[in-house]
Amino acid sequence: MSPHLETHDIRREYDSVLALDRVSIGAHLGQVTTIVGVNGSGKTTLLKILAGLDTPTAGDVLIEGHEANPTQLRTHSTMVFQRSVMFGTSVYNNVAYGLRIGGVSSREISQRVKSALTVVNLDGFERRHARKLSSGEQQRVAMARALSLKRDVLLIDEPTANLDPANAMIIERAIKDSAQSRAVLLSTHNLPQARRLSQHVIHLYKGRVVEEGEPSRFFTNPSDERTKLFIEGELQF
Amino acid sequence: MNRSAITKLQASLLIIVVICGIAAGTYAYYSMIVPAAKTRLIVSTTTSLYETGFLDMLKTKFEAKYPNMNVSFISQGTGLAIQTAMRGDADMLLVHAPSQEYPFLKGGYGVNRKIVAYNFFIIVGPSEDPAGIKGKSPSDAFKAIRSAGLNGTAIWVSRGDNSGTYTKEVSLWKAIGLDVKQLRQEKWYLEAGSGMTATLKLADEKLGYTLSDTASYLLNFNNHNIVLVKLVEGAKSMLNVYSAIADDPRNANMTKTNFDGSMMLIKYLASDEGQQLFADYGVSQYGKPLFGPYLKLLQTKSDPLGNDPTQLIQWISDYAFFEGSECPQQFRYQAEGLYSTQTPVPVLLVSIVAGVEQRKAAACIQSLKA
Amino acid sequence: MHPIIEGIIQAINLILTGDPEVFSIAALSLYVSVLGTLLACTWSIPAALALALRKFQGKRILKGLFNAFIGIPTVALGLYLYLLLSRAGPLGYFQLLYTPNAIIIGQSALVTPIIVSFATGALESVDPDLRTLARTLGASDRQTYNVIIKEAFWGLVLAILAAFNRAFAELGVAMMLGGNIRGLTRVLTTAISLETARGDIALSIALSFILLGMVMSLSIAINLARKTSQ
Repeated sequence: MSPHLETHDIRREYDSVLALDRVSIGAHLGQVTTIVGVNGSGKTTLLKILAGLDTPTAGDVLIEGHEANPTQLRTHSTMVFQRSVMFGTSVYNNVAYGLRIGGVSSREISQRVKSALTVVNLDGFERRHARKLSSGEQQRVAMARALSLKRDVLLIDEPTANLDPANAMIIERAIKDSAQSRAVLLSTHNLPQARRLSQHVIHLYKGRVVEEGEPSRFFTNPSDERTKLFIEGELQF
Repeated sequence: MNRSAITKLQASLLIIVVICGIAAGTYAYYSMIVPAAKTRLIVSTTTSLYETGFLDMLKTKFEAKYPNMNVSFISQGTGLAIQTAMRGDADMLLVHAPSQEYPFLKGGYGVNRKIVAYNFFIIVGPSEDPAGIKGKSPSDAFKAIRSAGLNGTAIWVSRGDNSGTYTKEVSLWKAIGLDVKQLRQEKWYLEAGSGMTATLKLADEKLGYTLSDTASYLLNFNNHNIVLVKLVEGAKSMLNVYSAIADDPRNANMTKTNFDGSMMLIKYLASDEGQQLFADYGVSQYGKPLFGPYLKLLQTKSDPLGNDPTQLIQWISDYAFFEGSECPQQFRYQAEGLYSTQTPVPVLLVSIVAGVEQRKAAACIQSLKA
Repeated sequence: MHPIIEGIIQAINLILTGDPEVFSIAALSLYVSVLGTLLACTWSIPAALALALRKFQGKRILKGLFNAFIGIPTVALGLYLYLLLSRAGPLGYFQLLYTPNAIIIGQSALVTPIIVSFATGALESVDPDLRTLARTLGASDRQTYNVIIKEAFWGLVLAILAAFNRAFAELGVAMMLGGNIRGLTRVLTTAISLETARGDIALSIALSFILLGMVMSLSIAINLARKTSQ
């Protein structure tokens, strides 16, 4: 089966720094793909390019085999950031924002918001002021916001990096749930999480893909030396 | 929505509505005061007329008689008033500096000059009178002030702008051979650069001498703004003459000015009613009027300010006439009825006749000698 | 009695009895300054949006220019505009001098740098991540601008309030362009100046109380609105 979303030789260079170098990856619908790597290896940059929030210096991004420009990518995917930003309004309005500008009917909006909030265990939070929530609750709102849009591609940068175990569990469950109808790509430091959640793991080192494969082989018997060191926590950038 | 707090949108709408409401309400209110249908007349004038409140009263009375007129008085120093008129930003002048008015006429800016009122300048100063000028003639007083100033015992405060008062002051210094440009460098000579009230207050504060028109002085003295006293008054060289001049509508800058309105006001000021305004203003407060009515002086040969009328009439024509008239023929334009026989033609006739008689007598003597 | 005390007493009296001349002066002041500020908003807010949100050459110089002119002396501005609006000047055709409209135009020029500078600052201080967030939720350029404006809303309100205060309390422009004509262009500041010069301290104090009172009430009202909406 060909990937729903793929990149060909993505190169991203700025301020004479080479952030991504000949990155070619693919993600399938119904699958969770995890990108791992040390800090500064280019994970966030890659996700942003896939989200259409950044433009590669060279290379292509393809949806279903067709080239896609950043504007198209922006409507095809949505991204959840490591630290989420809330609009200065209610939880309901935060989640509904993307739906409203997308022209969805208010009845449909009401349904989608309710079900998205249920997935992240935030029933009854609709009227609460989003900026007054705890950071864990805010991250869950951000997740609900992304889910309600029902986009084919969901990108998440370090989904549980700043969360306590309770919140982290809720988010992970939501990710597993959402992958049923989407291609999900996430970046993480959390190796057990990568193993738990994903069907495909990519190791990014200094902007290059140095290893990829399905989790059980990746974590027990990696072929690349750097990946071995990374798993053991010994890899220096 | 959080029920107890208003949303940002509601707050902003509320503010906009309130602001627009205020603006609309005030506009409606103030436009009731000045209906747009009125014709506007802009008069450039002096601070000394303005600050005494005479012009407010004039406006009320004039607009009562001519309800479609809306008069605006712009109070500036005479020099600036003349410039404003030259630019066509004012329709007419009401000022008191003949030496500046004549070039205004000659330059093709003004027409139909009419002398309407007069009073005197006075020298005022501290009651202690350190320079000892009380009762002296103006030129002696000025000399005394200067020498006291150089000794450090007296201070002089000048208007220091191009006002009518300043123009008079400069001429008085000139009469004793002194140039103001030189005096300005000396420590005892201060320049206020302000209107008459501000200058009087400065002189009061500094215990200095200054030149003022009677009206402004009386007003401020009675209001307890100043405690300066009158020291030198009532000489020919201290005469202060107010004239009205209309912008010349043929001048390129002045094609948009309200010539008809100017003529209405000038004629009004020269009329019995207008002259009575001068004659009455200030009588109840000060015992005599602040401004002497010129045309009434000519008609009735009496001066409510208490001077010798014949002498006063002569002084005024010596000081404020140009080429023998308050407005020479070439500077008159559509001025029917403005210059009737009330002008000092009798005086001219007398002097012409006297001159003829003199020549006749001289010829007689010659022929007798021959 | 000390003139200042006498002045304060007369001031309270004038305000409580609703003296018509005093109140018409206050109404006119409000009218010209509100309109002047609103007029300035029509070009200043778009300019601030462009400066804050768009990329182009010379941004820094422009911003610096607006900043520099915030404190332009009102008499200097009044003088330049006077020469412009004079019947002998380039815009003399409109005969605007010595009318309230001249003051409105003058004050709008005066407060433009204030609105542009403060509004740009408010817009720039909005979290840039909000913009990214809006984009990833599908917002077009115009929709992201709306998000930023909504976020910067109170900053913009404060910028406009600052502009209004400056216009309301300035003297030079109103004096030069309006001429302080009784019943036509006499505003609170020019009236205070005149009455002080005339020595009518009591009236000056009354007018100054009204001036300060209006400025303060407006500030309080807006801050109250801001607090209750948060």
